[in-house]
Amino acid sequence: MSKLIRGGRVLDPASGLDDMHDLLIEGDKIKDLGPPGALDKKSDSVEVINAEGLWVVPGLIDMHTHLREPGEEYKETVLTGSQAAAAGGFTSICCMPNTKPANDNSAVTDLILRRAAEADLVRVFPVGAISQGQKGEMLAEYAELKEAGVVAVSDDGIAVMNSQLMRRALEYAQVFNLPVISHAEDRDLAGDGVMHEGVVSTRLGLREIPSAAEDVMVFRDCSLAEVTGGRLHIAHLSSAGAVELVRQFKAKGVQVTAEATPHHFTLTDEALENFDTNLKVNPPIRSSADLTAIHQGLADGTIDAIATDHAPHSTIEKDVEFDYAAFGMIGLETAFPLTLRLADQGLLSPLEAIEKLTSNPARIIGVDLGRLTPGLPADVTLIDPNREFTVDVNQFRSKSRNSPFHGWQLRGKTVMVLRDGRIIFTEKNTSG
Amino acid sequence: MQFRKKDLLGIKQLEPEEINLILETAETFKEISTRPIKKVPTLRGRTVVHLFYEPSTRTRTSFEIAAKRLSADTFNISASTSSIVKGETLLDTAKNLEAMNPDIIVLRHSAAGAPHLLARHVQASVINAGDGMHEHPTQALLDLLTIKDKKGTISGQTVAIIGDIAHSRVARSNVWALTKMGAQVLVAGPTTMIPHDLDKLGVEVFYRPEDVIPKADVIMMLRIQLERQGRMLLPSLREYARVFGLNEEKLLQAKPDVLIMHPGPINRGVEISPAVADGPYSVILDQVNNGVAVRMALLYLLIGGEKDE
Repeated sequence: MSKLIRGGRVLDPASGLDDMHDLLIEGDKIKDLGPPGALDKKSDSVEVINAEGLWVVPGLIDMHTHLREPGEEYKETVLTGSQAAAAGGFTSICCMPNTKPANDNSAVTDLILRRAAEADLVRVFPVGAISQGQKGEMLAEYAELKEAGVVAVSDDGIAVMNSQLMRRALEYAQVFNLPVISHAEDRDLAGDGVMHEGVVSTRLGLREIPSAAEDVMVFRDCSLAEVTGGRLHIAHLSSAGAVELVRQFKAKGVQVTAEATPHHFTLTDEALENFDTNLKVNPPIRSSADLTAIHQGLADGTIDAIATDHAPHSTIEKDVEFDYAAFGMIGLETAFPLTLRLADQGLLSPLEAIEKLTSNPARIIGVDLGRLTPGLPADVTLIDPNREFTVDVNQFRSKSRNSPFHGWQLRGKTVMVLRDGRIIFTEKNTSG
Repeated sequence: MQFRKKDLLGIKQLEPEEINLILETAETFKEISTRPIKKVPTLRGRTVVHLFYEPSTRTRTSFEIAAKRLSADTFNISASTSSIVKGETLLDTAKNLEAMNPDIIVLRHSAAGAPHLLARHVQASVINAGDGMHEHPTQALLDLLTIKDKKGTISGQTVAIIGDIAHSRVARSNVWALTKMGAQVLVAGPTTMIPHDLDKLGVEVFYRPEDVIPKADVIMMLRIQLERQGRMLLPSLREYARVFGLNEEKLLQAKPDVLIMHPGPINRGVEISPAVADGPYSVILDQVNNGVAVRMALLYLLIGGEKDE
């Protein structure tokens, strides 16, 4: 059975294509692309999908998701996280290892992949732990993790404080061609802080997390990547200093890549004025100067990828005093429209915006996806870039509701998502 | 003029006219506390709950006396902060209290923003009796009343706040209160205790007390939390007392009519020497006395009159 996606604007960053094109899918693979009408007679039993007025892009890839399974299934499961991802236009997600127990061995990786196969929606690529139990003491078994299917290692959520361990991780991970994803935070400097250090934390009397807590660790990890030749990826850049450090080390030829989250490129710490715990994230939402630096980093390519850091929490963790609330917000179902705002503001071309959600993350995690190339798996997302909607957390597929974007007026809605040529999401209902 | 706010969460949200209304109302209530029978029926039948998640003697007693002198029924709930982590959440406690229809909930809590969370979930008026390092609005109001009593006016006064600004809700509320009322605010303290971008709040920042004492019409000394020593903020209380404490020697540089204030409880010999605390310039006990009047005024203003939501 073939599918012909007709009449849409195809944006394929890897090939630079941004034009009105039709896309033919045969079975689970992309068969061909061509100007409007050119593919009409290529196939006999073809199901036509009308994409007039829509963008046709490679299935989005989120390289930073928390699925909470195993251990905290009341917040999210592999199934509900996959549903949320598909609704957000994603066909692939990487799930971070800070589950309970941590994903530091093949048993946990196997469990996640089995659940993902049962859900049978988006591709789930587990990220393994850097250290055993994410304790920052001993390296985890990367060979076993790699064989089980992890695409990277990270102690996300719990920064690696021991510089020697980080050095060894960057060395040892090269044997298995795994990137090391750094959650860059000096935990002593961050202390028990709950928000960005600046005039807003001074006004609110909330304990502060200085930008330096991030900057010193980004510098350390970039230095270690330089020394070891290891492949380093910095998660969720939030400070102007960190952006500048990545820019400098990239210019020196060090193998470092970086991501930014929609919340860090959309919000500033002024938003915390009402003590909304949904805005409590780590790293924290910083100042307008940091926001500008992240915009520049995205525009000049210093920041390769846009990733959600989708971090589900229930009301148990969030309907409490700000000091006691857990860090994190969900993002899978708002990431694309928030990214589109960057294009609206002229910071990125539509093609550059899509690149940071498709081919760039694919390259970083080393998977042959994120491109609309004949012969590759038919992971395709159809988006209506003009559709305005009001964000309603109660409509989310995610099990959790911790988004500060509730009530926001956004533009850009996922209309249909195909993975391996199969429709896994349409606007009306989710299959599976 | 009527006080139209449902809650008193901080000084930051108050207009100068509202502050004046509170101070004028407090002035009229002062006389009640000087009578032999210190009670009026104004709030008879009204219920005030004092919900204290942090230990407090002075503030809680002051609120309780204020409510009782207005004939309100008062109830005290004390909970240690650790018990919330283990047991009932603030919102569950709030819902339970709400079911008993209190008119006002006075909340003291170690977490900034806790009164704001509570106020969003209850019909009762919420008074912030101190939330973490954020605000302590009734303290700032009683400080304003004390300055006004002694100096005649707040506008134009130069007020020096000395000590641990970073961890002080009293300092934050006073910065808002004094700048709104037209006073000039100078702060001084060790760099480790001056928060980031403090100057953007409209105050002048110094480090050494000697730099602000000669200019000040009013000196507010802040309590130093003794456990700060363990957090790398200062080497020793001995050094703190010598460099940043207020003693008779440093006071020689002060104006002849200076007022010395302290929110209490004082650490004698640390931030303030006994001779200064008990000396002729000290109005520390006037502050305590004014605390009752200010709190009576707030209870009265929050319960009486029409409210905006």
